[in-house]
Formats: sequence, structure tokens, C-alpha cells
Amino acid sequence: MPDAPGLELIRGEIERDRPGAVLATSFDRDQPALIVDSEQVLGVLRWLRDEPGQRYSFLSSLHVADYLPAEPRFGVHYELLNRDRVERIRVKAMLADPAAAGGTVGGPIPEEALATAGDGGSPAVTGPAAAGSAPAFPAIDSCVPLFPTANFQEREAFDFFGIVFRGHPDLTRILLPDDYVGWPQRRDFPVGGEPVTFTYNERRYG
Amino acid sequence: MAELTEDRTTELMTVNIGPHHPATHGVLRLVVDLEGEVVRDLRPVIGYVHTGIEKSCEDKSYWKVIPFVERMDYVSYFFQMEAYCGAVERLVGLEIPPRAKYLRTIFLELNRIHSHLVWLGTTALDLGAISMLWYCFRERDRILDLFEMATGQRMHTRYFQVGGVIEDIPLGFEAKLREFIAEMPVRVGQYEALLDRNEVFLQRTKGVGIVSRERLLELGVTGPLLRAAGEPWDLRKAFDYLAYPEVDFKIPVGTVGDNYDRYRVRVAEMVESTRIVEQALDLMEEGPFIADDRKYVLPPRSELSTSMESLIHHFKLVTEGFRVDPGEVYYAIESPRGELGCFVLADGSAKPARVHFRDPSFVNLQGFKDMAVDTYIADMIASLGMLDPILGGVDR
Repeated sequence: MPDAPGLELIRGEIERDRPGAVLATSFDRDQPALIVDSEQVLGVLRWLRDEPGQRYSFLSSLHVADYLPAEPRFGVHYELLNRDRVERIRVKAMLADPAAAGGTVGGPIPEEALATAGDGGSPAVTGPAAAGSAPAFPAIDSCVPLFPTANFQEREAFDFFGIVFRGHPDLTRILLPDDYVGWPQRRDFPVGGEPVTFTYNERRYG
Repeated sequence: MAELTEDRTTELMTVNIGPHHPATHGVLRLVVDLEGEVVRDLRPVIGYVHTGIEKSCEDKSYWKVIPFVERMDYVSYFFQMEAYCGAVERLVGLEIPPRAKYLRTIFLELNRIHSHLVWLGTTALDLGAISMLWYCFRERDRILDLFEMATGQRMHTRYFQVGGVIEDIPLGFEAKLREFIAEMPVRVGQYEALLDRNEVFLQRTKGVGIVSRERLLELGVTGPLLRAAGEPWDLRKAFDYLAYPEVDFKIPVGTVGDNYDRYRVRVAEMVESTRIVEQALDLMEEGPFIADDRKYVLPPRSELSTSMESLIHHFKLVTEGFRVDPGEVYYAIESPRGELGCFVLADGSAKPARVHFRDPSFVNLQGFKDMAVDTYIADMIASLGMLDPILGGVDR
């Protein structure tokens, strides 16, 4: 692992080419983490992957955590690994919830977001102004072009948190049914919010 | 009828396999585009056994999460426990005593043999070697007997605790375990004798389902699949955790990366696991089996009737559980299927704010298309078996 000064060196090198890309660093429980601007996350990931001194070329895991009630509330975590030096580093992009003002949790799947996500490359315009009256969704660039392994994991994150990964080749629900409504891993989605119907008993005895 | 001029030989037929199909090793649905008998495209459809374990974990105190996570990948339950308990121990900064390290290593490696036995039996069954299932499950049953003897349960043992293990091994366990690990390499030799010169098995596995190691790494595939392609990557060697730095073992690697190499790597791993267990037994010394930190670990039962303080600690731990300062940890171990990572986010309360498992079956399944496209549909079934997905882990 890079130690705390090593992490600051990495930050300094990233900042040289991309001012403002790294918002903060954290070195907690011996695990280094870069908190990056969500708009520049692809640039940082590419730099960490390709820079000769870094070569974090293996994406171990991509997952999302909901930091409610903190703002911005969603954190997209990239657990990067350099297999030669056996070093891990975490890149964390924080995303605000554009629907926070409207307070609509669990709207339908964002059709217009999916349409822009499908055509690959062209960044979708997001934010309350662009989304109009439809509930807006937090969005971040997909890292599938950099790390093909992120395909399923980004779909999982979309499935459970409603985070749109722009440019993902096939951003659909993966573990939940396609017609499911809601983003169940969000902290404001209640446990036990899913009604369980025992239709057999109803038919037979109801 | 002018339409009849179309070329029927290149017509694609879409076939749905599963979700209830004996060769899918779980509730996996495959939508396969076939050209004749050759697979041209394939989409795995998953989620049929999704039970929302990660969400349920957020509503349980830290120690109550352990039996939940065990039930994700139901064949390698000790590994789920170790990933989760290890992550929580790193969150609270708890060091586990040496004996607990060895005990955990022993049970993890027994679990690895158990998992590979289930894989070998069912996959050989897919390839027509029916007797393999009985031989493999015979040895698997002996491992389950050992689990039962030490933990009281054959499966989903809830043996690992935050801070160590819940109980020391009973009298007579070591002798029984030594008997088993002395016999296991002989049994593995018998499996090899059954399969390695079996012409049907060789024809079905050699040269089938080859994926280059560069492509596997791109897709995030880890574990025996990656090692079969020649990449000696094993978290047990790479990272220091538990007693692995103290024991001597080899990492079996393949050369071609076909289904035969995948079989060879796993079979060789079983023998290496017996070596690890044997060395851990030799090196293990008497001592505490769980950390002595009353903030996180239940006090011994004997103290409860004499010490008021122990009673208070016990009450606090059982009712509320322990609180963890805000922070987040990602801890990865080598499961029988690859990198099993556990991410735990603590928000200062007695319940985790997020538990996420990077399940190797889930990620490895992305490599299945590369393994199966442009092979025969029968070889696709063989490749799926060699991939060894556990759908409980995929869907969580």
C-alpha cells in the first residue's frame, strides 16, 4: 500500500495535469483512498492504470455506498490493485442526489438517461435543469472501456442505487426483476419494504 | 415462395437454458444463440436467488451479520465469515490471537477441499463420470463430520467470531483431522486415476474453453480460472493474512488455460490444502482462541456468575452489540473461486451502514461468454462446470 506521504505524492502528480481532480485524500485503517471529482474520475482511473510508476491495472471491486444523511450522499468506490507491487488503492467519487429536492425515491427507470447511456461516449446532460420534470438520477461516467470487469458491477450498482453510468454498454437491472420499482440499497429504502404475497394460501383459503 | 432462398445453415436459433436445469449448477438462466450446435452468443441471466442479504445486514448488529453472509456462497461459508470478520476486525483494530489464526486457516483450507470436492463431483457428473460424484461426496462427508465435531454444525457453522473463533477444537478432533489429511492425497490420486486416463474426459476437456490470461485479467477473473491460464496470482501468497505466511505451500498453475488445466489446478490445490492443514496443526500452540477485548468479544461463560463487570459486558454485547467508529474497510481473501472481497462501511452505530461482497462467482461469470462462444453447446456445459459458479454467491 502507498503510505500517507506516498498518497500525497500521488495526489500531487494527479493535480499537476488535472487541477481539481482530487478533492481530498484519506488514509484510514491503513487503507489509502483518493476522493476525486466525479466528473474527472475516468481521467484519474486511466492515469492510475497507465502511468508507469503506478500501474494499478486490476479493478478488484466496484461498489457503491450510501452515506445518507451526509452530502453528497453516494460514494462510488473503485478498489484498484497493482499486482506486481501488491498494493491497493481506493478511488472514491462522491455523487449528490439530484432528486433530493423533489424527494422522489424509487421512480421508474430513467428512460432518457438510459437512452443517452446507450450511445456510448457522448456524456449525457444531467442535473435538475436537463432532466425536466422526470426524477433526476445521480450519474457518473462508466469505466467499462478502461476495466471491462466493471460491466456487471456497474449494473449491480445501478440496480441497487439507481446510479446511472454514462456510456455503459448495457445498463439494465441485473439481480432484481426488470420491472422492479425502486432502488433498494439506498438507506432511505425500508427493510421489509417488499410485500411478500402468499397467493397459494389466498387462492386456497382466502 | 421466394423466401426459401435464405441460407438455413447460418440461421441462428435462440435457446433458453435454465433457470432450472441440472447442468447450470444452481438457478442460472442462459440465453444462448445457436448456429446448429455451435454457440454464437450467450447472455447469463441472474438474480433468481437474490435474497437481499446485503440489505438485511444493514439492519443487524455486527455480530448478527455473520450467519447472514455465510449463506451467500453456500459452499464456501468459512470464507464468507473470514472476509466479513476480517473486515470488521480491521475496522475496530482488533488483533486475533495466534491460535485463532491457525484454527481459521485450518477450517478455511478444509472448506477449500470441501468446495473443490463439490465442484469435482458435479462437474464430472456433467461430463458423464457419474461415479466421481459418489467418491467426492464420500470425502466431503468426512469434512462435514469434522465441521460438526468442532462447531456443532455441518454447514453454515458460524464458527468465526469477530476477534477469533467461538470455541476451541474438541478433544480427539486433531487425531481425526490428521487421519483425514493423511488419507486425502491418496483419495485425490484415486480421482486422478479415474479421470486422467479417461479418454472421454480428456477429449471433452483438453483444448476446450481457452481464454488468454490477458483477457481473464481484463474481465477481473481470479482464482483457479486465472491460475489455469498461467498467472500465479493467489492472495494467500500476495497478502499476509492469517497463518499463510508461516506455512509452506505451492500455487499450482496451468499452461494452456483450457478446461483440463482448470481441473488439474483445482485437484492440485486440494493436495496443497492438506499440506497447509498439516503444517498449521504442527505449528499451532496452546493459547487463547479469541481476543481478550471485552468491548468486542463475549466474556467466558464461567465469569458471568462471579463478575458483575463481565455480566454487563455480556449484556451490552448481546443486546446492542458493539459500536464501531466511522470508517470503511475493504478486505479480500482467496476463496476457492477467487478474490472474495468484503467492504464494510461503519457509521458509528452498532450496525454496519453497508456490507458489500465482491463475490468471485459474480465477477467470473463475465468470463463465461469468452469461454463458451464458438464452441459446441455440450462444451458450453462443460465450461460452465469448470467455471464453478455458486449462484447463491452470484445473486446474494
